[in-house]
Amino acid sequence: MPERPSSEPLLTVEDLGVSFATEDGVVRAVDGVSFELRAGEVLAIVGESGCGKSVTAQTILGLTRSSNAEFSGSIHYGETELVRASEARLRAIRGEEIAMVFQDSMTSLHPVYRIGWQIAEQIRAHEDVSETAARDRAVELLAEVGIPDPAERADAYPHELSGGMRQRAMIAMALANRPRILIADEPTTALDVTIQAQIIALLGDLRGELGSVLLITHDLGVVAEIADRVLVMYAGMLIEQGERDAIFYDPQHPYTWGLLGSIPRLDRTSGGRLPSIAGAPPSLIHRPEGCAFRPRCPHAFDRCGALPALEPRAEPAHLDRCWLDVEAKRYRRDVDGQIGLRADTEAVS
Amino acid sequence: MLRFAVRRLINMAFVLAAISVVTFLIFYVFPGTNTDAQVERIAGRSSNEATRAQVKRDYGFDKPLSVQYSRLMEKFADGSLISYSNQTNVRDEIARGIPATASLVIGAAVIWTFFGVLFGVLSAVHAGGWPDRLLTALSMIGISLPVFWVGALLLYYLTDRIQLFPPGGYVKLTEDPWGWFTHLILPWFTLSILFIGFYSRLLRSNILDTIDEDYVRTARAKGLSERRVLVRHVLRNALIPIVTLFGLDFGAAIGGGAILTESIFNLQGVGQYAAQSVGSLDLPPVMGTTLYAAAFIVLLSALVDIVYAYLDPRIRLNA
Repeated sequence: MPERPSSEPLLTVEDLGVSFATEDGVVRAVDGVSFELRAGEVLAIVGESGCGKSVTAQTILGLTRSSNAEFSGSIHYGETELVRASEARLRAIRGEEIAMVFQDSMTSLHPVYRIGWQIAEQIRAHEDVSETAARDRAVELLAEVGIPDPAERADAYPHELSGGMRQRAMIAMALANRPRILIADEPTTALDVTIQAQIIALLGDLRGELGSVLLITHDLGVVAEIADRVLVMYAGMLIEQGERDAIFYDPQHPYTWGLLGSIPRLDRTSGGRLPSIAGAPPSLIHRPEGCAFRPRCPHAFDRCGALPALEPRAEPAHLDRCWLDVEAKRYRRDVDGQIGLRADTEAVS
Repeated sequence: MLRFAVRRLINMAFVLAAISVVTFLIFYVFPGTNTDAQVERIAGRSSNEATRAQVKRDYGFDKPLSVQYSRLMEKFADGSLISYSNQTNVRDEIARGIPATASLVIGAAVIWTFFGVLFGVLSAVHAGGWPDRLLTALSMIGISLPVFWVGALLLYYLTDRIQLFPPGGYVKLTEDPWGWFTHLILPWFTLSILFIGFYSRLLRSNILDTIDEDYVRTARAKGLSERRVLVRHVLRNALIPIVTLFGLDFGAAIGGGAILTESIFNLQGVGQYAAQSVGSLDLPPVMGTTLYAAAFIVLLSALVDIVYAYLDPRIRLNA
């Protein structure tokens, strides 16, 4: 059984900004993002591709550092401030205290090393153990994530395993040093639907072992399954944050309505096309003034030219960035008895 | 893995057989199959009647092409191919040139691999910075310099104007190791310059391609040192194409491809022997050195494939 998340923050992100200088201009990938990751909780960051969720996650471990990147704000992990931490300090934290699982296990595992070797390398990066001891632990870890014949599979190369097996191996590698935080960056996106369900079930089973999980995904089904709290990102900013149930049953931001409305549902009565959010995510180089979602939002009005603050409007623990009146929202998001962006979505699209 | 190696070696035997046929066609058939002309090409223009009669009988020029081919192959196999212009045995002459050629090419290969990898890594690590620009300029110059020109300049300035090194020739390693070394320093560098330029450019771009791979990000996320990430995760893959290139270049050079360097420094190696034979239109040694060179290139490319399969496990699947 999942333990109740306590309120003590393990990781505190404050006003984080990440921008990249490119030939076309400065891309503001993350802008003023603040959140806390509490001990024992699963916190999900959801949003479309390019909304800055992966950059946020990778910046925690300093993986976005490069000559064309600029950072502002802070990320506190215990005593350490990660945005400006030395490479040596970051190395001690990576894999040991905060580990990461990446999206595509085919490209994220090294193609020429055996699975067992790669996991043993993770162990030996932080612990002074012999190669045989590390290897034995690698086999145990593979067994722990549900890989059959783990001793045999440890000798396999990544291309010799199926996608689901590889992702299990990635998770085994991330768990190798018993990190306090696991960052899972789209862990199920590259998998078949049935395998996705297995990986989600595995993450659920491992919750006791995992400590806190920061889950990056665009799949709201995954969020509904295992998240405790949800952050919704759009165009590099947080636009809504709250407990999972609040986000699913009382979403405050029209973008969140659109996300929820575009999930295929078995209980949807009307036939026709799957609703989608009209338009494309805005350029992160020239972001619209005010609310970034305004150009795509059917409910926009004159106040939306100014950017609303991320603050509690419906409930104290439920924050959002939308000027609409809370009662008006509850009426406007109702599409044929379901949550959606617009009553006539199907007619329009 | 073993099955792959065996199959690759069998494949190599077929390629060699095909090359021998092509060599035969080029030197026997394409120039014309008139019997007298064929005899003259082998025996040489200044040969006497007795030699010509012997060549005609030995090589089977009065018999069908298939017989001529098998006679030629027999001569290659038992080492009885001789040059009629100076009555020397081709196999003995090639064997005599091998120590010089091997000394030149092995030494140069060590130098070009070392500096090629060093400069390639430095360039990639400092990509865009001044060490990268400097090395890029240097390797472009190195690639563009003609070998005969570099060799001539080195000879003129370092053995004649300043008598720092002995002026050409080959000294046997077994007789005088120091003399062997000093005689080879200039040829080594002359032969290496071009390869250092090529290898460092290729490695630089391979590293820059590899460094953006997801698995390199994974390696960083594991908390490995930057050095370990670079050597075990980036270089491990970025070097694979360099291995291919090295095998082929090394095979070509040791097969007598370093003709210019050998000739300028008068090393009396296989390449110089081939060049001299071509110069005097002496067909038996030309055919001998051609097959010798082809054998090395084919052997090295088979070895490269086997090493490749060892270095990249994905290859073994598709084999």
